[in-house]
Amino acid sequence: MVSTSADHFHDGPLTDVEVRRIRNDFPILDQQVNGNTLVYLDSGATSQKPVSVMEAEQEFYEQRNSAVHRGAHTLAVAATDVFEDARSTVAAFVGAADNELVWTANATAGLNLIAYSFGNASTGDVTPEARQFAVGPGDEVLVTEMEHHANLVPWQELCRRTGATLKFIPIMDDGLLDMEAAAALFTSRTKVFSFTHVSNVTGVINPVVELARMAHDVGALVVLDACQSAPHLGLNVKALDVDFAVFSGHKMLAPTGIGAVYGRAELLDAMPPFLTGGSMITTVTMEHAAYLPSPQRFEAGTQPISQAAAFAAAVNYLSETGMDRIHAWEAALGQRMVAGLEAIPGIRVLGPAAGTARAGLAAFEVDGVHAHDVGQFLDAAGVAVRVGHHCAQPLHRRLGLSASTRASAYLYNTTAEVDAFLAAVAGVRPYFGITGD
Amino acid sequence: MSALDSLYQQIILEQAKARRGADLPNHQLAGEDLPAGTGQCHQLNPVCGDEITLRVETSGGGADRAVSGIHWAGDGCSISMASASILSELVVGLGAGEVQGMIDNFREVMRSRGKMQADEEILGDAAALSGVSKFPARVKCAMLAWVAAEDALRQTA
Ligand SMILES: Cc1ncc(COP(=O)(O)O)c(C=O)c1O
Repeated sequence: MVSTSADHFHDGPLTDVEVRRIRNDFPILDQQVNGNTLVYLDSGATSQKPVSVMEAEQEFYEQRNSAVHRGAHTLAVAATDVFEDARSTVAAFVGAADNELVWTANATAGLNLIAYSFGNASTGDVTPEARQFAVGPGDEVLVTEMEHHANLVPWQELCRRTGATLKFIPIMDDGLLDMEAAAALFTSRTKVFSFTHVSNVTGVINPVVELARMAHDVGALVVLDACQSAPHLGLNVKALDVDFAVFSGHKMLAPTGIGAVYGRAELLDAMPPFLTGGSMITTVTMEHAAYLPSPQRFEAGTQPISQAAAFAAAVNYLSETGMDRIHAWEAALGQRMVAGLEAIPGIRVLGPAAGTARAGLAAFEVDGVHAHDVGQFLDAAGVAVRVGHHCAQPLHRRLGLSASTRASAYLYNTTAEVDAFLAAVAGVRPYFGITGD
Repeated sequence: MSALDSLYQQIILEQAKARRGADLPNHQLAGEDLPAGTGQCHQLNPVCGDEITLRVETSGGGADRAVSGIHWAGDGCSISMASASILSELVVGLGAGEVQGMIDNFREVMRSRGKMQADEEILGDAAALSGVSKFPARVKCAMLAWVAAEDALRQTA
């Protein structure tokens, strides 16, 4: 774990020395790819895992593996403790209470949970308190043009099923939300507003507090896609004043197969369930079932227990390193990427220009070379980046592209790696025989 | 030759720029009212957004059916564009059965994970795409135009 002797270090970004020490905790980073040292710049897709996270999962299976919330034997109690302690740890990490954090498979499953629950509230006979989530003809669900498909398609489907209308806040040429257009889109018809905290393509950081206030002013429920923020910024769902937030463990040092939904307790307890079955009920007859309160209400079936244990280890690792310091370090890496990319002829960076706030990632277009070819060339140099539309086709279409190349950093990336990436990018157009600006 | 250089041979980069056969007009993209003996197919690789609409024109019937023209419109990486360009050059004038045999052979080479050497006698310039078979993520790019041609050709039978 990272430790520094001088206290004042804890305020600024991580230092290169600390990052080199952090890298020792991530064995996968130390390897050769295609004859070159691996430069992993695809953490926006999924992060690498520190030893402590892998050990937490292994320790669970070696010492405590058992089903949770059932059975009276000692291991079952131990496993339940691990599972619920993990919930407390992850909930505290985002500023939520224990009963406000529901485990899901990933962020996509979380967004579907919310959308399907609202859908269930919109059809047939539901409890009076569930009616507040109902949408139908004349109602609007609002998203933005920069959403990941995971925060777009479930809402399209909800609207299709219920007859509600989907609207979106457009973005501007620099990738920022058009706040003027936004102001006109929030009306008394707006029932749900779901948007991303940080764009996984442009790195734009949306003004969550302001947007949540605009939504609440018209009585809409606010859902935050925190997939690209929870891993990188200190997140506090109460301070942001959102009603729901979702994130994925695998993007924040934890294993695949686990994510979470935060929901305000009084909302979660009033919502109809999505998946139903065992572990989420109180009394079941042949005709009818009554449901547990949150979070169990939304956790039908056997849960990802070892993953929860490892998720807690992951957020502990992040907390001990310091989220503010991680954010500051990544912001510096992001600026270094953008400034470096802008200096290479024929490169267009998507999103805000150098010097403007962005997350530690940069997607770009190489004039004359398709993103797929760019990614292939970088891979030969050992540099792992993502190519394609990054599950954000409408955003790419708006920026006049079908695909881009994206480099995304995390706490374990060094400035030397960003420089190696930039040097490789500079070689792309010459390799493919493209000249000029 | 490095693996990268074997993927991006000069002939591939040239073909990707030349885009031979990429002259399908916009108003024909929808593929409506196809004349007899003409087939058309749209293929999309959702992973990277590579896209092609390819039209096959044939003349003659029965055993004499032959490809008389290939026209396409598309957008994608150099592998997919070069592959479409090479295909357009190769198959015009060949019998339908011969073209299908060529497509089958090309597919086999592409799926071989680098184990099968392309036969230039059969595949002509498309043999230069053999290097792609060592990059499983790119096989779809190389196959895109060929899959479209196969489907379009079938429509003309
Ligand atoms: C902004 C955003 N939302 C949602 C998702 C979906 O996450 P997952 O695939 O883990 O469900 C991602 C991941 O790519 C993302 O970047």
